Amino acid sequence: MVEKGMKRLYTFLIFLFLYAPIIVLIVFSFNDSRSRGVWNGFTLRWYFELFKDREILRALYYTLFIAITSSIISTIIGTFAAIGIFGMNGFGKKLVLNLNYLPVLNPDIVTAVALMTLFRLARLEFGVITLLLAHITFCIPYVVLSILPKLKQMNKHLAEAAMDLGATPFYALRKVIIPEIMPGIITGALLAFTLSIDDFVISFFTTGHGVSNLSITIFAMARRGINPVINALSTLMFITLLILLLIINKRTEKNDKNLQERR
Amino acid sequence: MKIRNTGYPYFFWLAIFIAIPLLLVLYFAFTTGDSQNMGTFTFSLDNFRRFFTPIYLNVLYRSINLALISTVICLGLGYPIAYIISREKPRIRNIMVLLFVIPMWMNFLLRTYAWLTLLGKNGIINYVITKIGFQPLDLMYNDSAVLLGMVYNFLPFMVLPIFSVLTKMDFNLVEAAEDLGANRRTTFLKVILPLSLPGVITGVTMVFIPAVSTFVISSLLGGNKSTLIGNLIEQQFRYTMDWHFGSAMSIILMVFILIAMALTSKFDKEKEGEGGGLW
Repeated sequence: MVEKGMKRLYTFLIFLFLYAPIIVLIVFSFNDSRSRGVWNGFTLRWYFELFKDREILRALYYTLFIAITSSIISTIIGTFAAIGIFGMNGFGKKLVLNLNYLPVLNPDIVTAVALMTLFRLARLEFGVITLLLAHITFCIPYVVLSILPKLKQMNKHLAEAAMDLGATPFYALRKVIIPEIMPGIITGALLAFTLSIDDFVISFFTTGHGVSNLSITIFAMARRGINPVINALSTLMFITLLILLLIINKRTEKNDKNLQERR
Repeated sequence: MKIRNTGYPYFFWLAIFIAIPLLLVLYFAFTTGDSQNMGTFTFSLDNFRRFFTPIYLNVLYRSINLALISTVICLGLGYPIAYIISREKPRIRNIMVLLFVIPMWMNFLLRTYAWLTLLGKNGIINYVITKIGFQPLDLMYNDSAVLLGMVYNFLPFMVLPIFSVLTKMDFNLVEAAEDLGANRRTTFLKVILPLSLPGVITGVTMVFIPAVSTFVISSLLGGNKSTLIGNLIEQQFRYTMDWHFGSAMSIILMVFILIAMALTSKFDKEKEGEGGGLW
């Protein structure tokens, strides 16, 4: 009994530690004061000001635009890459896989300065394009890594069977391989989206000309004090994601039930 | 069209955006000159000579030290919770895992920044401490604040891999050990821990790498006093504009991490070598 109580307490403390800053953020988004740490009464002021704050809305726009575009592009390139890598063997495969691992293993800051150097030498104008290229670059490896295990699980004769039956390779790809590895593709796309939306280090080094995402805006603000509008925005984003998650959860639960009933 | 060839667009991408940039960093590290004008570059080892002096070595030492401590704390805090979660019923287990993932949806800079509200002079923690009757503590802008930031941000990276190994573990083995007379300590040391080692190793690398190279946590929570190797690299590329020295430090950091990973993977002989074989 004592042990069970200890476990409960420990779990509670760990989750308290994880959620304390988030609770603080949400509570202070309703605080009627600019300064943090002083509670001045309840207000919805920051939520109204959010829709007037051009700087923050622009940052939000760039964050979402980059996250959506880079996750779509990296999912497409990554899916084809994974299929290609899966069909390879020998030294070439090893080389590609290791190169693919580099951005995953390398510290973000090294990837960031490396890309910054490349873009500077290529005389690219720092801004949306460089930001997008950088995000796609660090997202693809994760897409590839989430699809490869699915390819390994797939019955490798399926595609051959399709082609024996007269399917063109492209048709076999579209009708057989891609549906088989769809869970991996979706995981990869979600991973890419999450990584992109939360990225700071790589964006910080590869952007310019006033293009900044939410992370960069927050970092710049941290010096002069965070505008509570940001707290309001994050609270809204956080709650949106939570609701989405609940909906997805409900749907999968229903699907599970249906599956069980059918059995 | 062969299905095998679908990878080629990405191979070009890999060459241009991953291989070439790193080679450029390597090139910059071994040259000196005006960073903006390639014509002035000359081969030199000055950047490395400059780094291996007490000031910079001290920063590297500090970074490694803080990263190691935070990795140990993450392991100490994370292993028990991973174990507790893995023994729950599947329904509760899924919810608890989700609870670990959800915080990551809030911008990590903002979450780290929120700690200032908790730690500050007039912050919530000090408020509680003074209410109980103690002197307020100086919690902000020092190494322990940086450590806290690291543990806070990277704890899920430790818990999730350990958890996923522990859930796949055959729990009958534990029962068998107990039936054969092993006490709890022996069961843990001889059965559970060895079986969960791959998860521990993944967790350790996933915490250590971002911790040793961070510059965000140290500049948000550490104030001006706390300089880590990440901060040095950032300064060279953004303010001082000595890209050569910055590149040299990036290479040193990279090499250090590769060595650390090679050492940890020694513990993990059963790791299935699909890629990553070089590391």
